[in-house]
Formats: sequence, structure tokens, C-alpha cells
Amino acid sequence: MAITRDEVAHLARLSRLALGDDELDHLAPQLDVIISSVARVQEVAAEDIPPTSHSVPLTNVFRPDERQPCLAPDEALAGAPAVEDGRFRVPRILEEE
Amino acid sequence: MTTSSAAEATSRKPRMTRMTPYDEAMGRYEPVLGLETHVELGTATKMFCGCPTTFGAPPNTHVCPVCLGLPGSLPTTNRAAIEFTTMIGLALNCRIAEWCRFARKNYFYPDMPKNFQISQYDEPLCTDGWMDLAADGKTFRIGIERVHLEEDTGKSLHVGSTGRIHGADYSLVDYNRAGIPLVEIVTKPIEATGALAPQVARAYVTELRELMRTLGVSDVRMEEGSLRCDVNVSLMPRGASEWGTRSETKNVNSLRSVERAVRHEIERQAGVLDAGGTVVQETRHFHEDTGTTTAGRSKEYAQDYRYFPEPDLVPLAPSPEWVEQLRVSLPELPSARRERLQKEWGLSDSEMDALRNADALDVVEATVAAGAPPAQAYKWWLNELSRRATEQGVELATLPITPVQVARVAELVAAGTLNDKLARQVIEGVLAGEGDPDEVVRRRNLAIVSDEGELAALVDAAIADNPDVAEKVRGGKVQAAGALLGAVMKASSGQADAQRARELILEKLGVPS
Repeated sequence: MAITRDEVAHLARLSRLALGDDELDHLAPQLDVIISSVARVQEVAAEDIPPTSHSVPLTNVFRPDERQPCLAPDEALAGAPAVEDGRFRVPRILEEE
Repeated sequence: MTTSSAAEATSRKPRMTRMTPYDEAMGRYEPVLGLETHVELGTATKMFCGCPTTFGAPPNTHVCPVCLGLPGSLPTTNRAAIEFTTMIGLALNCRIAEWCRFARKNYFYPDMPKNFQISQYDEPLCTDGWMDLAADGKTFRIGIERVHLEEDTGKSLHVGSTGRIHGADYSLVDYNRAGIPLVEIVTKPIEATGALAPQVARAYVTELRELMRTLGVSDVRMEEGSLRCDVNVSLMPRGASEWGTRSETKNVNSLRSVERAVRHEIERQAGVLDAGGTVVQETRHFHEDTGTTTAGRSKEYAQDYRYFPEPDLVPLAPSPEWVEQLRVSLPELPSARRERLQKEWGLSDSEMDALRNADALDVVEATVAAGAPPAQAYKWWLNELSRRATEQGVELATLPITPVQVARVAELVAAGTLNDKLARQVIEGVLAGEGDPDEVVRRRNLAIVSDEGELAALVDAAIADNPDVAEKVRGGKVQAAGALLGAVMKASSGQADAQRARELILEKLGVPS
């Protein structure tokens, strides 16, 4: 098994995705299949195949230094689990010793 | 709760190692420096999205799906940021990469909403350059390891009894700054500075700041955090060839602090070594108020960033033509400008050094541009204002007096309205917020007394009060007139036109002047 149901539940929590038990039952095996398939691709990568970081042969894709509209503050903060004074409120960053 | 935190405070009290006085440390050890400087670029928009970069906006008003890392959003590189970084690289005599990639630096800290920062890792845009600088009359060539581009992070506000990240109950994050293009400039190890290490470090950051300003790529306001410095210091015994263990002092945010941080680290590390200890490789924090550093806890920073090529951005491949175009568009660089100004102003090397050490080049140039003779502009900024700035512990340019006002003072001196002593009082008035020089002269009634009647009365009084001296002058001892002039100056609180008063004294005593 490449990934367990518990690990998927953990990742979902980290990603702030509310997955129910039935969804986990459904998605965890699918993810397992995907990861196993990618692992098979890795098996064929040999010394003579250079690593590829990008799938398209493009370079220098730029935008001009021009302003675009921003989100309104309430839109920006809409997805935040907690908000205070127009800022994202996050749990204590460093653990107590 | 109270008792446990009190106990904790006691146990956290740092063990004091005696510091070794600087000169003593320099007798035994040779420092090696490394400087990492972050410069926020002055582009109109962020690195990978069109949000503005202006400082001081209400929190989370300069954000969009890209810089908030919302699902489905994709970054696009700001062309101006690449050009600015290339210009910096060229000005620092670097090699510009023909091909390079951005990298994703993964970490779990909420100052980036994406849980990663787009940076450059093993393929920086610019590498292997150098910069020459002078410190204490000596020239040093500082090697530049790399110049790379990344995005700045958000700002965290830590809420709790300490107001700092340690002991905070929770934190509040503003992502306005997240995604602003940030250039990191890393030096090669700087050796053989000897006791000048602190000055060399300061001169380097000064030079870099001047360079950024000249290139127009950043407003380099250290107080707003658009230029931030990490200072690495290690010591090795004199004569040794193997470097010692270094400490890395983070976020040193003024020129003066850079100098103080290096000096403090030298004294501290020498103290550790002298006591038979070993220097720990660690991150340290600089404290502006005391000029000292304290250890950060290493586990905060001991991270594996799992760098990998950024999949959402295609590689950069600046063409030689593009780079050449940028090279020819570079403005006159600070070193060339200094050479030119030194010639124009007729200053000696040591005067020029003093000017730079006081960070006074721009204000003096502006003062000369406002009409002051170079010698006067130099004199007032260097001898008068620089001393006051040092006394107050502030940067010269932040004193509440403008080059135009200084030029006006110089003009009043040249016109004979003020002498140096009065001019000093006028400057004092301007600094105290009493208005422009002319206003201060009027309000404080500071102009030189050149009215013939007033002067004559002062001279008569001085002669009457000092009959013996007057007699000597009459008898041909002209030098003695100095005492009478002194009396006139004293009686007029220094406001008498000294030259005219002297003429009057001699005239009245029948001595040809």
C-alpha cells in the first residue's frame, strides 16, 4: 500500500478539506492507485534519461509590471478559519518548550 | 501559572560568558565575514501577480488569489523584476545565467499562505561578481557569490503577553507583503579585514544601498524593511588558515547596527574562545536597544525545505541581446559618480571617505545643487549636522533639515548676514522646527550687526572698558586689537560683523588698517 486511509485523512485535515468517512473510503484507494502508478513511471527512469522539470519547451513567459485588481478584504479573508482585525488569525506558531 | 512562568524565566536566564574587549580580541583573532542582504524591489506590482507593492496599506488589501495561494491560481513572472535583478547582477560584475529556474522552498510557517515560497536555489540568475569599497582609506574587493530572486513573505503580528513569537497565544497575518519581489545578495567569505571588519561590513551595505538607489531598483528604506541584512561572523586564531564556526545574526536593519552587530559578535565569540569554549553554529537575533545579540533556538530554523524546480513557472533564459541592452542602459554607478564628484568638489581622499562614512554624499550633492559652494555644503553637513546625527543616534538624512535649507544657511554666511557661530544657531533652530533659515534668523534675531551706528557704539564701549589695551594699540601694538574685538563680540553675543568691527577699532585708535 502506497498510502493509507489514515494518511489521507491527515492530509485532508492539513489541507483544510472536510472529508467524511464515506469520502475517505472512496478517495483513499484511488490515491493509492495514483501513487503506485507514478512509482511505476519512476522505475523506467534510467541514467540516460535527463530529469525533466517542465513538460512544455517554453522559457521567458512574463507579464508586464502593471497593476491588476486585488480582492476586497472580506473576499480575501472569506476562506480563513479565523479572522481578527482584518488579518488571518493562526494558531500559536512555536510550540511551548 | 505565575509560579511556573517565574521558574521558567529563571531557568532561561542566559549564562553570561565574559566578552573580550575588541582590541584584545583583534590581537588574537582574525574575523571572517559573510553578508546576506535582502532588497525589496521597487516594481509597481508583486513578483508573480498584479497586486501593488506600496508600503503601509491596510492589512490584506493588496492580495489576490495568486499571492494568497488559492487553489487554481497560477503565478506569472514580472518582467521588470527580472530586469531589475539582472541590472543588479551587472552592476555587481556578475555572470548572468543563460538559463535558470525558480525553485519551490517548502516550509510550514504561516507567513506564506501557500506553505512554500518561490525562490531560486541552485540556479541563481546572477553569480560570481565583485564590488570594490573603501574603509578607513583602504580598498577592499568584496566577492559576490550570488544574486537571486525570490518573493517576500507576509508580516506576522504575535499576540500574547510577550508580543513576540515566543510565548505568543496566537498570531495575526497580513499578506500585503507576501509576493513582493525580493532580491538576495550573498557575499563570498570576506577575509583579511582585520580590525576593520565592522567598518567593512557597514561600508558594504552602504555601497550596496547606494547602488540600489542609483539603479532605481529599490527605495532601500531600511526603516521600512526594504533592505534587510543577515550578518555572518566567525573567528580564527591569527595565523590560522582554517575558518572558525560562524554565527548568523538575522535582520540587522540599519547601517549602524550592521557595524555594531559585527563588533559585538567578534567580542562575544572571542570571549567564548578565550574561556576555552567553542562557538556554536546558530542563528542569533540582534537587539537595537543594547547592540547585542542573543541565540535563537536552533530548532526553529533546522529545516529541510525540500527544494524542487517550481512546476508552475517556465525557466528563465535571458538572451545575450537582452542582457546587453540592460548593460548599456545602466546609469553612472556610485563609484564612478564619487570619483567625478570628488574631482568637481576638490575634496581629498580622506574628506571623501568622511563624507561617505557619514552617509552624506546625497545631501551634500543636493545642497550643492541648491546653490551652496561645495566647501560650505561639506562643512555644514560633515562638521555640524553629522555630529548631531551621531549624538542622536539617527541617520544623517533623517535629520529634520533639508539640503535647500542648508544651502540657504551657506548663502546667508556668504552674504555676510551670518557668521559661523550664528549659522550654527540657525541650524539649531531649523532642527528644532522653528521654520526655514530666514524665519529662524528673524525670530531669534540672529543676523550679524553690521549697522555702523550700532557697531561704533559697541567699539566705543570696548575701548572705554579697556583703556590699557587701547593704549597699547595706539602705541602700534596692532595684535592687541584682538582683545578689543573679543569684547565687542562678547557684548554683541557674537553677532557683530567682526571684520567691520576690527576696522572701526583701528580707525578709532588712529592705526592704519
